[in-house]
Amino acid sequence: MIEIRWHGRGGQGAVTSVELLALAAIEEGKYAQGFPAFGPERRGAPVMAYNRVSDKPIKIRSGIYHPDVVVVLDPSLVGLVNVTDGLKENGLLIVNTSKPPATLREQLKYKGRMAVVDATAIAREELGVPIANTTMLGAVLKATGVLKMESLEGPIEERFGKIADKNKRAMKRAYEGVKMVK
Amino acid sequence: MGKRTGMEVAIAAAEAVALCRIDVAAVYPITPQSHMAEHLADIIHDGRIDAEFITVESEHSSISACAGASATGARVYTATSSQGLMLMHEILPIVSAMRLPVVMGNANRAVSGPLNIWNDHTDIMPQRDNGWIVMHAENGQEVIDMTIQSFKIAEHPDVMLPVVLNIDGFQLTHMIEPLEFPTQEEVDRFLPPRVPFATLHPDRPISMGCFNMPDIFMETMKAKDQALINSKKTIVKIWNEWGKMFGRSYKPIETYKARGAETLILTMGSMGETASVAVDEMKAKGRSVGLVKMRLWRPFPLDELRAAIKGCKTLIVMDRAVSFGGAGGPLGTEIKSLLYHDDPRPRIVNMIMGLGGRDVQVEDFIAMVDRAERKEDDGYEYYGVRE
Repeated sequence: MIEIRWHGRGGQGAVTSVELLALAAIEEGKYAQGFPAFGPERRGAPVMAYNRVSDKPIKIRSGIYHPDVVVVLDPSLVGLVNVTDGLKENGLLIVNTSKPPATLREQLKYKGRMAVVDATAIAREELGVPIANTTMLGAVLKATGVLKMESLEGPIEERFGKIADKNKRAMKRAYEGVKMVK
Repeated sequence: MGKRTGMEVAIAAAEAVALCRIDVAAVYPITPQSHMAEHLADIIHDGRIDAEFITVESEHSSISACAGASATGARVYTATSSQGLMLMHEILPIVSAMRLPVVMGNANRAVSGPLNIWNDHTDIMPQRDNGWIVMHAENGQEVIDMTIQSFKIAEHPDVMLPVVLNIDGFQLTHMIEPLEFPTQEEVDRFLPPRVPFATLHPDRPISMGCFNMPDIFMETMKAKDQALINSKKTIVKIWNEWGKMFGRSYKPIETYKARGAETLILTMGSMGETASVAVDEMKAKGRSVGLVKMRLWRPFPLDELRAAIKGCKTLIVMDRAVSFGGAGGPLGTEIKSLLYHDDPRPRIVNMIMGLGGRDVQVEDFIAMVDRAERKEDDGYEYYGVRE
């Protein structure tokens, strides 16, 4: 089982990301959960959302405190929220950032596995808005290998209708552009 | 059965209601039930089912509208949570006394104050003595299945009572997970249209809910109690029928690796799944621990509970509610009282935990078992509270 924690800001679509990832995993025949950090919605405030994906039925219904993967949707959260909190020792941190990885490591005091992509820039170009949730899905799929990218297409089409193609393009660019950091 | 689809459980609950071809829904939205209310309103507005969605100004009105609609012979649904259920309180015993089938989904949430929107069972516990059938779902699939079963149970001529299905708020309502839906044809076969015993109709006037003088009121109350006790037979029959048709069995008390275990954990609702993981971990280390889960809370399945706990030495009853100033949690207090005359009876340890959204993890269940095995007094205990 793989456990993923997403960090974003209210309104940036972190919950949509976990929903799409869970739907795609279930579409692939896997078992999955997608859920928000329970509570009232607060636009702009730091929020979290979670995924569990497994080949076997998932019985655990408590929160996720020691994720295998942490995804940071909003670059401004680095340094503001302790995004690496509880991340497993061999866990993976995936950050939307335009900063050099060394600067990030310095800021986060983090030496573990890390992948980066400038998802906001991609989202601006492809979608015309700095909302990087679907874009970051591409980075997560590539960096973790948790699902096939094709499995996301159905859920994205259903969710976004006319603007599905743009979202798929953005996702694909992040899939190709995400870099594992030494 | 179809393949598994991913869906938020609150949305799935509304879809299950639609499969039951309800006639009337009167629902007032409240967190964490809101998605159930909104999605059901969408389904009816879009004309997917031929039903009336009555927009009401409060939960007192929604349950009153449901009572009236049910009296006309309609198939009726409502959903609420916490403060909403509290506001319904005045009407709840009237619905059951009038033997009106109504199905309610209750997205369990802590009762104020202080204000808290997260999950526990403090909303349903104060409503347990109203003569409703009370059940708890453990996962999303059970929410779908039990919603459909509830209509058949409520409307059965040997039952004619309202049913409240408890769906843990957030833990279940806000979870996207794999679910299987029965087809419309299958549901139609399982749940034919309601055949009401009597209906309100302007052309055939009758009186319902008549005033009771002291010389008849006690007889009415005893009859209501008896009706609820008798309903268990039909509930079990309908659950067996569901099991045969859909391959998923439902029992008033469910057990997991309970046979022969010295210590048993007893849970209600969505905690059961996490507790089962804790049981697996403890068993793997050679500990004699099992799990008992209360699906049916009213009528209380005492015979089934006795059979499930037979031979165990310690029974740890986990309550997500408090009876302030009383003898512990409502579940713990009641189980102690029901088993008082049994010989032998297990030592009963009552733990209160998981109030107002306090997370209960696998390691918490293990810690509670450790604690219970060391505990020397019989009193109830709050688990995980900072002193």
